[in-house]
Amino acid sequence: MTKEDIKKVVLDIISDIAPDEDLSSVKPEVRLRDQLSLDSMDFLDIVMELRKKHGIEVPEADYVQLASLDSCADYLLPKFQAKAGK
Amino acid sequence: MSPLPRIVITGVGLTAPNGNSLAEFRANLLAGKARIAEIEVRHMGRQPAGVCDFDATRWQKRKEIRNGTRVGSISIWCAREALADSGLVWDSLDRSRVGVYLGITEHGNVETENEIHNISQFANDTKYWTHHHNPRTVANNPAGEVTMNMGITGPHYTIGAACAAGNAGLIQAAQMLQLGEVDVAFAGGVSESIHTFGIFAGFKNQGALGSHPEPAKASRPFDRNRNGIVISEGGAIYVLERLDDALARGARILAEIAGWCINSDATDAVLPNPDRQAECMRLALRRAGMNPADVHLVSTHATATALGDVQECKAVREVFSGCPGTFVNNTKSFIGHCMGAAGALELAGNLPSFVDGWVHPTINVEDLDPECEVPGLVVNRPVRAPKIDAILNNSFGMLGINSALIVKKYGVA
Repeated sequence: MTKEDIKKVVLDIISDIAPDEDLSSVKPEVRLRDQLSLDSMDFLDIVMELRKKHGIEVPEADYVQLASLDSCADYLLPKFQAKAGK
Repeated sequence: MSPLPRIVITGVGLTAPNGNSLAEFRANLLAGKARIAEIEVRHMGRQPAGVCDFDATRWQKRKEIRNGTRVGSISIWCAREALADSGLVWDSLDRSRVGVYLGITEHGNVETENEIHNISQFANDTKYWTHHHNPRTVANNPAGEVTMNMGITGPHYTIGAACAAGNAGLIQAAQMLQLGEVDVAFAGGVSESIHTFGIFAGFKNQGALGSHPEPAKASRPFDRNRNGIVISEGGAIYVLERLDDALARGARILAEIAGWCINSDATDAVLPNPDRQAECMRLALRRAGMNPADVHLVSTHATATALGDVQECKAVREVFSGCPGTFVNNTKSFIGHCMGAAGALELAGNLPSFVDGWVHPTINVEDLDPECEVPGLVVNRPVRAPKIDAILNNSFGMLGINSALIVKKYGVA
């Protein structure tokens, strides 16, 4: 699992929860909220889908780490790797 | 005390299993076209059900559809279509003076069952329970989704009235308009009940779930071999205004609300009481200033249960015997029982009779139950009525709630 893979995982989740959004030109370094119409319930959806589809837990204190695709990748990579290593 | 303002219907939007507009619905009722599907119901296998096929994306973004409820989508469709039908100029309207009043039989069962199923896939760990559950299941959900979609800032709520809910929504709206609480009301009834297995299982275990090898014949009120209710989804929402306001803007008036009554049996949770039903119709007539003979069409509630149909026929006979100009029909034979939407949809299907003069029949009657014989009952084929000036719409529900709503052709004394 690479950071690029993780960005794709997150984008796939967003494409489900925000199906009206054009995700073709999302800038990885820019906050998702600043370029897409996402609210707090949508971020909870991202957390839920990471849990359901990938078995990844994101504690509430770490929600801020999901701000951009880049920060998602940095934060989630060790979690995905730990899971893969089990 | 000055008389209360007169209330009129100036628009209607609907989705029924056999039509997504009043014109389509009406055409199918007059052509005798029922539309009942067979669907897979969780834990219960295939069951007959009335399924609507409107295009929700006409009025909602896909995200709204995903985050909301099925009944929210039904409500938004109906309200938006009603607005378009009314000719109201939406952009110039003060939306703080608009109210939304929707009747529901139940709400929240669908989402709750779905989430119980969802967490069962995860060893019943509630951390997998969706955070959307509460906004989806609060009882005002269908009406609230309409306000969010349309930017309505006046009052909104649902009226829980079992299967009398469609009439109850209209009655509530008429009262709020008369009180001056709002200037425009979106009102009617909605239902998503085919998506909850609990409703099917409850009726099945009550011996009241309809079935037939041909789904379109499963709902057969008044037939000797009827065997219960066909559960359906649907909605009908009307635009209501005070008469003076409607006239001032040159609105097309579909009907005037003439009178109504809601009362309670206070006898049994599920068995209807024909004495109270007759009282309900009589009080609605009195409030409308009408005699039974002034009503030319009675739209029955009959759901095709063994006892319910007989009880209603008894009540209708009691009130309308001696009224040779009064016809009686039923719409559930075409679309099943649309629960919270039933009363509102059944009224809608009959409204065009003010213009076209036809009375659609109750269909699927192969062998009329003698106990369901009612003078003027229109069976299997439509009839051309000499005159349709007023319609009485019956809608009854569990816990002994009865409603009768009378609408009349505008301009008739």
